[in-house]
Amino acid sequence: MSETQDERFRPEAARTDVLSVRDLRVWYGTERGPVRAVDGVDFDLRPGETLGLVGESGCGKSTLGRGVLGLLPTGARAAGAVHFRGDNLVELSDKQMQTRRGPELGLIFQEPMTRLNPLMRISQHFEETLRVHESGISKDEIRIRALGALRGMGIPPTRYRNYPHEFSGGMRQRLMIALTLVLRPALIVADEPTTSLDVLVEAQIIRILHDLRRNFDTAMLLITHNLGIVAEACDRVAVMYAGHIVEEGDAKQVFSAPAHPYTRELLRSTISLRTTGLHYIPGAPPDLADPPSGCTFHPRCPDAMAVCRDQDPVEVRTSGGQRVACWLHGPDARIPDGGREPLSRQEISVADEA
Amino acid sequence: MARSSGSLGAYALSRLLLIVPMLLILLTMVFLLMRVAPGDPVQSAVGGRLPPAQIAEIRADAGFDRPLLVQYFEYLGDVATLNFGQTITDNQPVSDVIIDSGGATLTLTLAALIVAIGLGVPLGLLAGRYRDTWADGGLRIFGILTYAAPVFFVGLLAQLFFANYLGWLPSSGEADPITFVDEVTHILLIDALIAGDLEAFGDAALHLVLPAVTLGLLVTGVFLRLTRVNVMQSLGGDYIEAARARGIKERAVVLRHAFRNALVPVITVMGLQVALLLSGAVLTELTFDWPGLGSELIAYLNERDYIAVQGIITVFALAVVLISILIDFVNAVIDPRVRY
Amino acid sequence: MSGPETVRGEARPSRLSRVTKPFRDVQGQSRWLLWTGVALTLTFILVAIFAPLVAPYDFNQVGDAAGRFPKQAPPSAEHWFGTSVRAEDVFSRVVFGARTAVQVVALAVIVSMVVGVPLGLVSGYFGGWLDRVLVLIADALFAFPYLLLAIVIAFLLADSDNWLIRLVSGAVGEGVTTAALAITVVYVPQYFRVVRNSTLSAREATYVEAARALGARPRTIIGRYIFGNVIQSVPVIGTLNAADAILTLAGLGFLGYGIQPTEAAEWGYDLQRAVVDVPADIWWTAVFPGMAIVLFVVGLTLVGEGLNDTLNPTLRKRRIVPVHIPPRAARAKEAPTR
Repeated sequence: MSETQDERFRPEAARTDVLSVRDLRVWYGTERGPVRAVDGVDFDLRPGETLGLVGESGCGKSTLGRGVLGLLPTGARAAGAVHFRGDNLVELSDKQMQTRRGPELGLIFQEPMTRLNPLMRISQHFEETLRVHESGISKDEIRIRALGALRGMGIPPTRYRNYPHEFSGGMRQRLMIALTLVLRPALIVADEPTTSLDVLVEAQIIRILHDLRRNFDTAMLLITHNLGIVAEACDRVAVMYAGHIVEEGDAKQVFSAPAHPYTRELLRSTISLRTTGLHYIPGAPPDLADPPSGCTFHPRCPDAMAVCRDQDPVEVRTSGGQRVACWLHGPDARIPDGGREPLSRQEISVADEA
Repeated sequence: MARSSGSLGAYALSRLLLIVPMLLILLTMVFLLMRVAPGDPVQSAVGGRLPPAQIAEIRADAGFDRPLLVQYFEYLGDVATLNFGQTITDNQPVSDVIIDSGGATLTLTLAALIVAIGLGVPLGLLAGRYRDTWADGGLRIFGILTYAAPVFFVGLLAQLFFANYLGWLPSSGEADPITFVDEVTHILLIDALIAGDLEAFGDAALHLVLPAVTLGLLVTGVFLRLTRVNVMQSLGGDYIEAARARGIKERAVVLRHAFRNALVPVITVMGLQVALLLSGAVLTELTFDWPGLGSELIAYLNERDYIAVQGIITVFALAVVLISILIDFVNAVIDPRVRY
Repeated sequence: MSGPETVRGEARPSRLSRVTKPFRDVQGQSRWLLWTGVALTLTFILVAIFAPLVAPYDFNQVGDAAGRFPKQAPPSAEHWFGTSVRAEDVFSRVVFGARTAVQVVALAVIVSMVVGVPLGLVSGYFGGWLDRVLVLIADALFAFPYLLLAIVIAFLLADSDNWLIRLVSGAVGEGVTTAALAITVVYVPQYFRVVRNSTLSAREATYVEAARALGARPRTIIGRYIFGNVIQSVPVIGTLNAADAILTLAGLGFLGYGIQPTEAAEWGYDLQRAVVDVPADIWWTAVFPGMAIVLFVVGLTLVGEGLNDTLNPTLRKRRIVPVHIPPRAARAKEAPTR
């Protein structure tokens, strides 16, 4: 990508980014044609920074997280650039990726109940992980590192030799995090880490993840559909819809002054103690094998204009500092005459059914 | 929810207690089967060959003149003390028959099991790991073929090819007629070792090859398909993906995670294959003239010697139960979740 | 790209194509195996049905107008599979053996299902002590070497006389009946167990709970809801059992407890006769009946496994459609690099 491209994103410190994703596309093959789960995504991550990735189910955020780490199922292809420590991860071989996964790249999964091998003790899990990546490490050293990681998660050393089925769901998630952290990866992708846990446990886990940046300088991509978590734990947030990032910026800024209609609607749909009536976005997320033309959100957008249906939106920076891809914010030069005409309701509802 | 893993000893005890009803049912089944036959068992066995007075005596000894319920409890008591009575036709203690011929059947079955596990499980792992490739297809067909071919047919083919055509291996019997070894354990291979007779040992081993491989092939297919399916399901597990995400090498993922976890259900089902193995052993013994319990069973069955038949079948039932307990125990050692 | 009016994809699929969809989805290898199995099985069934037309001679015919057949003659133009020690034509015996096998196995499988499936349904649905007793008995029957069980039953049935046996014997012959019933006893526990387990899990489904809450009678619930779910696993078990049953029948025949030689031809019995031929290097009396068994069992097993693969979603591997992501320069839409 050109120099100006990078400067537009992070004019001040492009070089120190841990992760730099440019035009990442992840498509699945199906009988109906390719499903464009991730369709051209750009973002950066700095060390110690947490980027929240939010969106409805099926918007592609999980695929994005997996795609960055190269852990896609068979039948999926990735294209574009994922710059990480001087390499483009998309172009590396499986073997090269395998050496990076663990000590440099970590993934925290959604359902902790089934993510540990039921026949292996926790100690064996740690021993295996550490031995693979640091061959020659002594058993004592392993024990010290593992117990340290566990202590950070609030798990007592007496449980070190237990089996996974002897732990509750919340504890298993903490185990998974400890197992991921023991190798001190520079980048962690957390894929809905608290969705299957109850609220109290969720709070604990989020606090742990929040502290990561302070203690280890880890960069984290926190994927969730829960906006509350993002507000709690993330520095920046990216809002995803139908495979595209529609808005991205500082978390406080985006939540107080959302630039994109979708973000605005999402925030309005959140339920709080002050909610008196339920708000929802009409329609359903689009079919990713056959996405709508132009801006993928236009069939459901209350502010949709004619240009939204005809042309892909261009990314701009708002005055508040966010990046947003929405024709409401211009650039005016690209909007043809009559493009600002609102889309008629009838067109929207017909598009809704498609 | 902190729980400690149950102790192995407690588990073993609880399994043993659960086995008792199963054992009782098996024994009851054997008892009923033997009594259901119409007519007088003794008469049909030796009728016409012995004077009536002696027949009556045999019948009284065997307890056939007492009420059914009494016979039942006598039978159970006898089994508990391992007293299987006297055969009707040749009047020897059934236990003698069992000890004499049991060793041969044990040798055959054990050797076949080793063949089956040594061949079937690794091949099943390969097939599961490389699913839907040509290797997998070929292995699946191999697994089906070995099961589809009746063990006596495979035996005949083996004899035709390896014994007649190639002349590499003997076609029947446990050993050459001239081989003679003192019977200590009644297991020929072991007795030959004890006597230090290496030539006899070699001869016995050679004779063991064809029958063991034939019977082993029968169960190989079963183990192959079993392992394959379980490895495939194992590889889809969530902890597999998590292991890959931690950068564990693919080979370790397949072997240490998928395969080991797949073995748990495989071993459980292995226990059920004992029945298959024993059935196959009877047929193999007849095909290869192998002097084991199966041959004796058929011989006595033809003679309608119900006491001998009852005794031998009881021993088979006991063996099945014993192995079942063993498998349960092995399962508990491997899978900590089971020990509750 | 489609405009707003276009409805995606094809018209709503017909019911037939929805049923066959899993079969068409199956990846190449499983499909090939399945169809091979079907071809083999159908061949044998057709041969069995049309046996008198396919076989040149009768199963125990030892001569024709031209004179007695040669004894133990190798395969030739007149006797494609050679002749046996009693001068019977091996090919004809193999063909009629197919008929015997189909008769016995069909009878056995049907009776096993008729007995095993209702037992499983009742046991699984009502539970309680009845269920526990039945499960214990079924487990014990499983543990018992199946061949011994079949032998003993065949043995006992051969001596006994009973109205049901006489009724069925009238139709298909006594030996067939005996063998079929012996095999039935061995396989009833299989159907029982599979159906019982399916019933147990189906019983816990929420719609069944709802039906019970509405006061539906057990008969209605079982008949309408559970039966449909449970019946899905039966065809797979049925074909695999049929394959097993052929082996059991052959085993019985080999031991001499199966069909009497005067009554019908049977492959296992022929193999037993062939044991003494082998040392004399007479291979055709063993190889052809044996191959028949192998091919028929393989065919049935392939069908069963194929059905299992297609109907069991966890094992089914969907076709992987390759996907190609076009390079950016080729994108049709006007879009500056984002």
